[in-house]
Amino acid sequence: MKKWMSKFLFALLAVPMMAVASEDIPLDKAPVNTRDFESLQRGAKLFTNYCLNCHSASYMRYNRLQDIGLSEQQIKENFIFNPDTKVGDLMKVAMNPKDGAQWLGAAPPDLTVVARSRGADWLYTYLRGFYRDETRPTGWNNVAFDKVGMPHVLFEMQGDQVLEVTKHEGHETKTLKLVKAGSQTRLGADGKADTTEYDKTVADLVNYLVYMGEPAQNKRQTIGYVVLLFLTLIFLPLAYMLKKEYWKDVH
Amino acid sequence: MSNIMNWIDERFPATKMWKEHVSEYYAPKNFNFWYFFGSLALLVLVLQIVTGIFLTMNYKPDANLAFASVEYIMRDVAGGWIIRYMHSTGASMFFVVVYLHMFRGLLYGSYRQPRELVWIFGMLIFLCLMAEAFLGYLLPWGQMSFWGAQVIVNLFASIPVIGPDLSVFIRGDFVVSDATLNRFFALHVIAVPLVLLMLVVAHLIALHEVGSNNPDGIEIKKNKDPKTGIPLDGIPFHPYYTVKDILGVAVFLIVFSAIVFFAPEMNGYFLEYNNFIPADPLKTPPHIAPVWYFTPFYAILRAIPSFAGTQVWGVLAMGAAVVIIAFLPWLDKSPVKSIRYRGPIYKLALTLFIIAFIGLGILGAIPSTEMRTLLAQALSFVYFGFFLLMPWYTKIDSTKPVPTRVTG
Repeated sequence: MKKWMSKFLFALLAVPMMAVASEDIPLDKAPVNTRDFESLQRGAKLFTNYCLNCHSASYMRYNRLQDIGLSEQQIKENFIFNPDTKVGDLMKVAMNPKDGAQWLGAAPPDLTVVARSRGADWLYTYLRGFYRDETRPTGWNNVAFDKVGMPHVLFEMQGDQVLEVTKHEGHETKTLKLVKAGSQTRLGADGKADTTEYDKTVADLVNYLVYMGEPAQNKRQTIGYVVLLFLTLIFLPLAYMLKKEYWKDVH
Repeated sequence: MSNIMNWIDERFPATKMWKEHVSEYYAPKNFNFWYFFGSLALLVLVLQIVTGIFLTMNYKPDANLAFASVEYIMRDVAGGWIIRYMHSTGASMFFVVVYLHMFRGLLYGSYRQPRELVWIFGMLIFLCLMAEAFLGYLLPWGQMSFWGAQVIVNLFASIPVIGPDLSVFIRGDFVVSDATLNRFFALHVIAVPLVLLMLVVAHLIALHEVGSNNPDGIEIKKNKDPKTGIPLDGIPFHPYYTVKDILGVAVFLIVFSAIVFFAPEMNGYFLEYNNFIPADPLKTPPHIAPVWYFTPFYAILRAIPSFAGTQVWGVLAMGAAVVIIAFLPWLDKSPVKSIRYRGPIYKLALTLFIIAFIGLGILGAIPSTEMRTLLAQALSFVYFGFFLLMPWYTKIDSTKPVPTRVTG
């Protein structure tokens, strides 16, 4: 009883701290196409290289990547870095969640179905929305997730952004501005940023996350067309004619 | 073949039952669109039971394993995703067809004498269905599962004196936990479905005893063929309505498959986005909304302010909003059954009721503001007014003369 009470009180105290949710900002549309296997493979590569060190995808098996056109051999060679991990294993992570909570303020969440809870557009905005913020312990903040615990893992590609806040007639507008180019962004002499390449990289990653949220989705739609064609072209007309035939003597 | 049937019939009334309930059950010949939803409800019930059985083969009712086991079904079990989507879509579609089935009753006075028991069995089925949906929603063990169950079980805690103990008794713990998940699983897969099935049988037996109503709201048994004793406006359920219902099934399956294969989440209305986050007792979601089919009643719950130091009034109002529907046979004093022969007052009342029901459904799904609470209160008045004022307005309403034979 006592133990429960203390747990409950802790929960009450924790509620306002945990209430840090996503900000209400306009989301950019993610160009998702789960039938673009090349994009999915690039996304899978990014995912296993950059995300899977801290985040798990513990409902997803490595060999499921065969769905997106990879062979078991390719998966073993290019996507599995731990010699103890088998190709049929789940995408677990070596980091202890408790350590993660200690280091980053919150344990990095499992990402298997993150695209289904957050949505592709949010992920696309979030992964392009990191900016320098010296008030944060990691030095990074995010427009889509204020005070996020995660540092900007892809900063070498994107470079550094800052958040410019301009006040116009009492209305605040926040705009991200690239101040230092990364390996996938260019900064023109006039200060104009070209982020096409980085946006494409993030799009690949988001595409992969969407695929991983529901690996059966392509198959689901393919079967769906067959089922609907059968129902509308065969079953429905047959049922209609059967009814008509039987009912012709009812007046 | 007939020898086998004779052998069986001498020991079990197979042929007799077949005739009584199917091949010689005479149904009015003028059933329209609204009469498809009874058989469709039966179809969805069977779908839910069959898909449910297959889900239990891989689901694990354990707080540490439940969420992962659902994802295991979605990924690793052969055909698991289709079974799971059929079950989750089936839950919502069950309410769609049952709400339309009940609305048919309101349109044509199907609850009126002598069909009071058909209606009451139906209401008990509706109650079971709500319980079944609520219990089943905890099982995926996502954030909405957990917090939805937390909110609903806490409603019982608002009952004076016994409330707090009662809510602990229901949960089997002080918070929603593994114990709760286990018992909800037991209730969801066996206790409630068992009662539900028995009630469906009772619903059908009662219906076949009195005979079906029809869009004209007249009794076809009053005009029988003097020689055969068969109602003149009646046709045998089989083959006429079996083939007609197959047509209904075809259309229903097209809608159902379109959802299962192309929009299983239904924009977060059939599968809520937050339910893809595993249950976390320490993290309250900013907005807890029940699934769409509960939102009209949830809106009524939220609309009632707490007073006299307790919040039990909202809970009572929500319960009353469901129970009051069962009293329709005695609230309706109109001399006619069908809306076809009723006057403008009932038509207006029914329209307002539908607006209130849908309006409350929308309000229950979105976060409340002061303005919305006010609107929900107004719509709650309309909702209850439809029932409580019915004895009065159905009596003063004008009616049209009712024909003696069905009009098609």
